[in-house]
Amino acid sequence: MSEQITFRIRRFNPESGGEAYYEDFTFEPPNPEATLLDCINHIKWHIDGTLTYRMSCRSAICGSCAMRVNGGGQLVCNAQFRDFLDENGVVTIEPVGNMPVVKDLVTDFSDFWNKVHSVNPYVQYADENEERANDGEHRMDPSDFAKIDEASTCILCGACYSECVSYEADRNFLGPAALAKAQRLVNDTRDETKHERLEALSEYGGMWDCAHCFACVQACPKPVNPLYRIIDLRREAHKEGFHDNNGSRHARGFVEIIEESGWLDEAKLPVKSVGSVGEWVADLLPMGVRMGLKNKYRPNPLHLIPGRHHPEIPKMEEVKTIIQKTRLDNEGETAQEEEETDNG
Amino acid sequence: MAEENGGEVEAVETERKRYAFYPGCVSKGACKELKTSTEIVAKHLGIELDELTEAACCGAGVTDDVNEEMTDALNARTLAMAEQRGLTLLTQCSTCQGVLNKLNKEAQADEDKRARLNEILEETGYQYDGTVEVKHLLWTLVDEEEYGISKLKEQVKRPLTGLRIAPFYGCYILRPSDLLGFDHPHRPTSLDELIEALGGETVDYKGKTKCCGFPIQMMRPTNSFRMAGTHLNEAKTKGADAMATPCPLCHLNLDARQPDAERVLQQDGKLAGSIDLPTLHVSQLVALALGYSPKELGMDTHIVSTKAVEAKI
Repeated sequence: MSEQITFRIRRFNPESGGEAYYEDFTFEPPNPEATLLDCINHIKWHIDGTLTYRMSCRSAICGSCAMRVNGGGQLVCNAQFRDFLDENGVVTIEPVGNMPVVKDLVTDFSDFWNKVHSVNPYVQYADENEERANDGEHRMDPSDFAKIDEASTCILCGACYSECVSYEADRNFLGPAALAKAQRLVNDTRDETKHERLEALSEYGGMWDCAHCFACVQACPKPVNPLYRIIDLRREAHKEGFHDNNGSRHARGFVEIIEESGWLDEAKLPVKSVGSVGEWVADLLPMGVRMGLKNKYRPNPLHLIPGRHHPEIPKMEEVKTIIQKTRLDNEGETAQEEEETDNG
Repeated sequence: MAEENGGEVEAVETERKRYAFYPGCVSKGACKELKTSTEIVAKHLGIELDELTEAACCGAGVTDDVNEEMTDALNARTLAMAEQRGLTLLTQCSTCQGVLNKLNKEAQADEDKRARLNEILEETGYQYDGTVEVKHLLWTLVDEEEYGISKLKEQVKRPLTGLRIAPFYGCYILRPSDLLGFDHPHRPTSLDELIEALGGETVDYKGKTKCCGFPIQMMRPTNSFRMAGTHLNEAKTKGADAMATPCPLCHLNLDARQPDAERVLQQDGKLAGSIDLPTLHVSQLVALALGYSPKELGMDTHIVSTKAVEAKI
């Protein structure tokens, strides 16, 4: 008696006018090592030919078959069903999240492609160097290629968008794959538009809107790990002097606070992070008052004065030694300052 | 060793659990009630906390946006402190756990990286050989090889009967799962198991493995509060009396920022009145079941009143 397994698949047919529903398919797997895709193909070919989904290469190269399996986005061709059976022998398959469903497991990728195209995903040369594009091969040092090696492996499957919490909260967010693609070009030694790219990526919807939740790292079937590429972008933006936004102020302020006392001052960091008095009054002050009234947190306001800080952790001198040894050369100088120096 | 110490002494020694305790900055600032509650729980259960008072902030996944090497070196120093003591490093914050665990796994796997970090650490007298384990308090309470859920069950004096609790796992304690390896990334169970062991009832909802929004509170507040509000509102709609979280940063967005979360949901047309859902730290939940009073656990300092929870226990 062979093992029977159940695939619980989310079905939706716009032509029937009905709501989406879950349908259970119970069957004997085509073979014990079958992939999730082998099982879905088995259903389509032997049980219900109307089941609709995208697939092509079966080798984790084409990026067509991303779906949500047991609640997480991933490719169905590079994983075996037996690793996904729950205690009742059920695997739940849904279309990728954060996209409109066209039919069954097929979703509309339009916004995904819009986002990828919006980062200008091609090597760009400065206007005066337009002919460079046609002057033959451009060699790249292996150590430079290493910086873009991981992002280059993206197969644009959309598994990361399926789970992205910032994209879910706000469709203006560029999202993991587009930002990973942007990193691949920002760090490409042939590209001559790094400054313009980082400027655009520092705007609303760009690198600083990522919530650092690791959902894309969890979902990514390749070594792209989009969050880590977004962190690469932030480091690059910092080095290039794009400091005038709350994300950059927050990260730099955090480092400054550790340099002062070794541990986080939660009253000081928000003050260092906001870019205007308006934000301070509208957002931070009410929160501070709320927490103070409940006796949850009453920081000493004197610690907020520049140059002063809350008490240092014991053996702060060791922390300072580490900070001295690891300090970046270019901290503090902004792109704007650099330009002013150049012009002056 | 057994011959020198005598069998009996050793048996007692292994009974008592001792950890290098890394409390995390938030538990010394805006969530002091967390540290208080954890210390109460540890004392009650006979878990010894050897606090690493000289350890620096982990950087919360923020400082490495600017300076990876500084962040890694400071955290390698913290790991080395636990290594010197021969103890497992215990956190009560998912984020500290995630940051320290990621570096730990990298340092264990990459000898060159460890050598570079040790070169930076040299003058401080610390060296890290990669032998430490990093664990969250939640894991040690559930894992039978640590304190364990069966022993915890025996200690329950005031079961949380009738209390419907929505577990909020958040991010750092689940992902990336190949690095952490404790819970299932999409269908975690540790916090559910804990709630049930304490006599409570768990509430299932979609948002339990998502992000609370805290990391973008300063960059994109509307999105941040929308995330918190969506999960709180979903849990409330599913009948939760309270939320429970293993991360004080989540707590700040779910509790201290709940009025802001309500405002954003109202603007979105997703909420008519208020949400009014208290959020408890894991340690508070355990301590309540052990018989401690809400006041002792600092629950009166929460922004959202915990009265509804108190009325039920």
